[in-house]
Amino acid sequence: MDLAILIIQGIIVAATPLVFASAGELVVERAGVLNLGVEGMMILGAVAGFSVTLESGSYVFGVFAAAIAGAVAGLLFGFLTQMLMSNQVATGLALTIFGLGLSALWGQAYSGDSTDPLAKLHIPLLSDIPIIGPLLFSHDPLVYLSFALVAGIAWFLFKTRAGLILRSVGENHDAAHAIGYSVVGVRMAAIAFGGACAGIGGAYLSMVQTPLWVEDMTAGRGWIALAIVVFASWRPGRALLGAYLFGGVTVVQLHIQGFGVDIDAQYLSMLPYLVTILVLVVISYDKTRVNLNAPACLGKPFFASS
Amino acid sequence: MTQTPLLQLSGITKRFPGVIANDGVSFSIEPGEVHALLGENGAGKSTLVKMIYGVMRPDEGDMHFSGAPYMPAKPSEARAHGVGMVFQHFSLFDALSVAENVALGMNKDAVGANLDQQIIEVSEAYGLPLDPTRLIGSLSVGERQRVEIVRCLLQNPRLLIMDEPTSVLTPQEVDILFETLRKLSSEGCSILYISHKLEEIRALCDKATVLRGGKVVGSCDPRQETAKSLAEMMIGASLAMPVPTARTEGEKRLIVEGLSAISEDPFGVDIEDVSFTVSAGEILGVAGVAGNGQVELMEVLTGERAADKGVVRIDGEDIGRLGPSERRRRGMCSVPEERLGHGAVPDMTLWENTLLSARTRMGMESNGFLDLMAASKFATDVVAKFNVKTAGIDHVARSLSGGNLQKFIVGREIMQTPTVLVILQPTWGVDAAAAADIHRALQTLAAGGAAILVISQDLDELMAISTSFAVIAEGRLSEPVQTGTLSIEEIGLLMGGVHNSTGEEARP
Amino acid sequence: MIRLEPRKEPSKVLLYTTPVLAVCVTILAGIVMFAVLGKPPFRAIAIIFVDPWLDSFTVAEMMVKATPLILIAIGLSFGFRAGVWNIGAEGQFTIGALTGGMVGLAFYNMEGFWILPLMCIAGAAGGMAWAAIPAFLKTRFNANEILVSLMLTYVAVLLLSVLVHGPLKDPEGLNFPESRMFSDSAMMPILLEGTRTHIGFLAAIVAAAVAWVLFDRHVIGFQIKVAGQAPRAARYGGFVQNRVVWMCLMISGGLAGLAGLFEAAGPVGQLVPALPVGYGFTAIIVAFLGRLNPIGIVLAGFVMALTYIGGEAAQIEMNLPSAITGVFQGMFLFFLLGIDVLAKFRIRMVKPVKAGA
Repeated sequence: MDLAILIIQGIIVAATPLVFASAGELVVERAGVLNLGVEGMMILGAVAGFSVTLESGSYVFGVFAAAIAGAVAGLLFGFLTQMLMSNQVATGLALTIFGLGLSALWGQAYSGDSTDPLAKLHIPLLSDIPIIGPLLFSHDPLVYLSFALVAGIAWFLFKTRAGLILRSVGENHDAAHAIGYSVVGVRMAAIAFGGACAGIGGAYLSMVQTPLWVEDMTAGRGWIALAIVVFASWRPGRALLGAYLFGGVTVVQLHIQGFGVDIDAQYLSMLPYLVTILVLVVISYDKTRVNLNAPACLGKPFFASS
Repeated sequence: MTQTPLLQLSGITKRFPGVIANDGVSFSIEPGEVHALLGENGAGKSTLVKMIYGVMRPDEGDMHFSGAPYMPAKPSEARAHGVGMVFQHFSLFDALSVAENVALGMNKDAVGANLDQQIIEVSEAYGLPLDPTRLIGSLSVGERQRVEIVRCLLQNPRLLIMDEPTSVLTPQEVDILFETLRKLSSEGCSILYISHKLEEIRALCDKATVLRGGKVVGSCDPRQETAKSLAEMMIGASLAMPVPTARTEGEKRLIVEGLSAISEDPFGVDIEDVSFTVSAGEILGVAGVAGNGQVELMEVLTGERAADKGVVRIDGEDIGRLGPSERRRRGMCSVPEERLGHGAVPDMTLWENTLLSARTRMGMESNGFLDLMAASKFATDVVAKFNVKTAGIDHVARSLSGGNLQKFIVGREIMQTPTVLVILQPTWGVDAAAAADIHRALQTLAAGGAAILVISQDLDELMAISTSFAVIAEGRLSEPVQTGTLSIEEIGLLMGGVHNSTGEEARP
Repeated sequence: MIRLEPRKEPSKVLLYTTPVLAVCVTILAGIVMFAVLGKPPFRAIAIIFVDPWLDSFTVAEMMVKATPLILIAIGLSFGFRAGVWNIGAEGQFTIGALTGGMVGLAFYNMEGFWILPLMCIAGAAGGMAWAAIPAFLKTRFNANEILVSLMLTYVAVLLLSVLVHGPLKDPEGLNFPESRMFSDSAMMPILLEGTRTHIGFLAAIVAAAVAWVLFDRHVIGFQIKVAGQAPRAARYGGFVQNRVVWMCLMISGGLAGLAGLFEAAGPVGQLVPALPVGYGFTAIIVAFLGRLNPIGIVLAGFVMALTYIGGEAAQIEMNLPSAITGVFQGMFLFFLLGIDVLAKFRIRMVKPVKAGA
């Protein structure tokens, strides 16, 4: 039983960064923008969160710094693609390459350092309930924040006028413009938000999962987050599910060896990536479903005609 | 005592690079009046109403609303005045619900807490029932228009502008729409009704302003006019109905039987059971308002899309399975509607654009290698022969004016000496002299034994050059007849898709 | 108020000068960055951008680095022109090194002029096979080639590692995770004596020349250009989209795989898990910096190679972290994308129109 609890806790830790990153990117894509720089924003958040926490001793500052780092990186992407009309794919890639390089530079001073992981909460009484206590009530604050984030995004997108406007911009930016909404303004705000989320997701890696800094420690999670958004058909609840699915695959693969199955660990490490491909194929094959759910203007550049 | 007009336009002028869209337009609309804005495509109607709705601003002139100066800087200001607009191309969002779409099109403070309920009430009150929870993508085109209208109605409009509303409606939906509009007008709301459909305007409107070439050329009470007189005002000087020189028609070059295809475009029109033949020396003109299946028909004929059913033969050979290059090899060339992006690559030079369609027939390709000299020579020839004004064949297609690019594309196709030519909107946006050049070239081509299919919205053009004539409406083709045997009124009716009581198309 | 107006025709002058401008601006930004880091900025810039040209050995090293960059970037330029985004070149590079290297290892104790060509074919074929996966999944299942090719990169790197730790490990090698050294017949012949520059460099130049011919004078190049610029016109011209996708992915996969083999059989000399060092990603920058043009790519390849060599020197001499290279490369691309706007748009100062009534 203890093993099961350990595994579930492991899944939660593995999934949480993906929840943040994919939820943020989901909002960006709902506004019609494809930001391939998620990996870059995550790693910048990781290094920012880690270094600020180490320097200041405050986790809160660290998380804020991570969010800001991600948002600034996102705004750079937004400025280039929305205002200077640069190619979205190339700019997103540039952001990733630059982010990986800059974070390595920044983090050089800290490699080898480590800090205590972000403390898990201990809620009196609730945390002490056997089994359910550790499972539900004894996680670090960011885990709870991730759930609140998904709920908040779902409420924002589907229950508020601002969220409706954001979705309309992603659906048909010409019509939204004709009615009088600021397409560029909405998209920049969404991009900044997505960047902040990705930053926090990255920070989770360096502050909770393995509380130290390693170059390229995101290991492709930003790309997986992009796939999760497709898998989720751009719905927040399903993004949560997708993140946990991948978290599950990652953790299970670690434990399979423990169950006496004799496959080289590195083959198992391929599992998350192969599963991502499989998921993409299955989801994309149903063209009608993708067409119905994908924001119709995703990735298309917007030229104000009047 | 004369009422203050609800809306008064004085000397409205709007210029775009190369064209004056509106030139000193003045007219007025009374409260409760149903006012038609009549004119052909390109006459300046859409530009004018965009200015009334605040999407654009005029370069000169002014407007007054209920006597006070009126110049909205953006649509929400127009809405605040009580102006509602139903665009020809809907501002709707497919993946969102009816209620969400309505809310988006309204000003923030106008959206009430019980929007769903309001939608149900208002839509039913005006005979256009709507379910607020349905997704727009699942609605028919007529139902989508209802959403646009209800969106306007919920803001208590004093002026409702409708831009070509019936081009996408079935006859029954048209009747329902007219009931709604009459009700609105009786309640004091004015309607500005843009259309080129003569019968409808005569049935619905109190007053009509006729635009041609950006200018107001007439103002009348449509109920006192006939379709013919309205058409003449709209199209210009009394229509000369030339009897084209009788040609001895040769063998059948292009045979189409039972062609059907579902449109890829969700807003497109499926073509149904289209059959016709075009013989050597014949020019078959197909008239129709844009959006009735012309693009779909063309793409199936050129091989850019596969048909679902039916047969296409060139000189007896079934080419249904062949792609565009193979069809060109067998003699069929084409000129699509869209110049930039379809007929030519905007950022490629003119000589590169000849490679696009002419490489097969003009020997510019051998073993995959391209003969750039041949392409340059061909481009130079086309430019010379068709009088294309350009800084040189090394300049990109985008840098040419619309008319000159059209001359180039048409010239490129004609100079490949095809045996079959399919051409869609040959002279749209082209000045009169260039248009005349193109027409002459088409007639020369036909005289040389080619079979030509011309699909166009321009009746003048078709009357002038075609030897036989048909109308495409809602994806179906009328029975081709010899040009000149149909009256303008009959043609207008066919184009408008008006059916007689048994549901058949009106026949001469 | 600043307004961007699209130009009728991109200014030809600016098209050629913006990459140069981007390089200059990046250098300026670098100066600022070094100053912030507390290193003497002008000396640092000189080490990275100037010193490598002064020594014949470092020039040769630049050619060594430029070889895979140019090869891969040439391949990528086909796809990028057509709107087919092969981001997994790193993975195809790795698999090419693997398949080509395995052929070399299979004949480790033999000599023969035929071994190296066979390895090259195997390398290119491996890269093509790896690129065939995203091609198939895109044309058949509509799956996004960016994500698929990228995921496969991670898989490829892991695969290399597994095999080198296992079946390919050098039995006489002290149990280090590395393969045998390739035999002499399996190594790339050296081009310039006393350096590591091998004939792969010539192959890269040849590839650039062939690409130039294809783009300029062949219907394949024309087809690709049209597909990327105006898909509807491509259909009108009789070109089939699926064929374009396959062609582009096969070309870029094959060239990336070949580049991988060249690296393994050239400077490295064996298969090791650390073989993939990111050329597949840097090549993306090279492709854009070179404006997707073969000649531009050769030049851009050298500029990027310069940052590698200069970056290494700066690391040693000024105790700068190795990440400095990645930062510069990222900056290049950013600035290029930003400055590109000048070539496509005209900047206008517009007075805001006063609203009436």
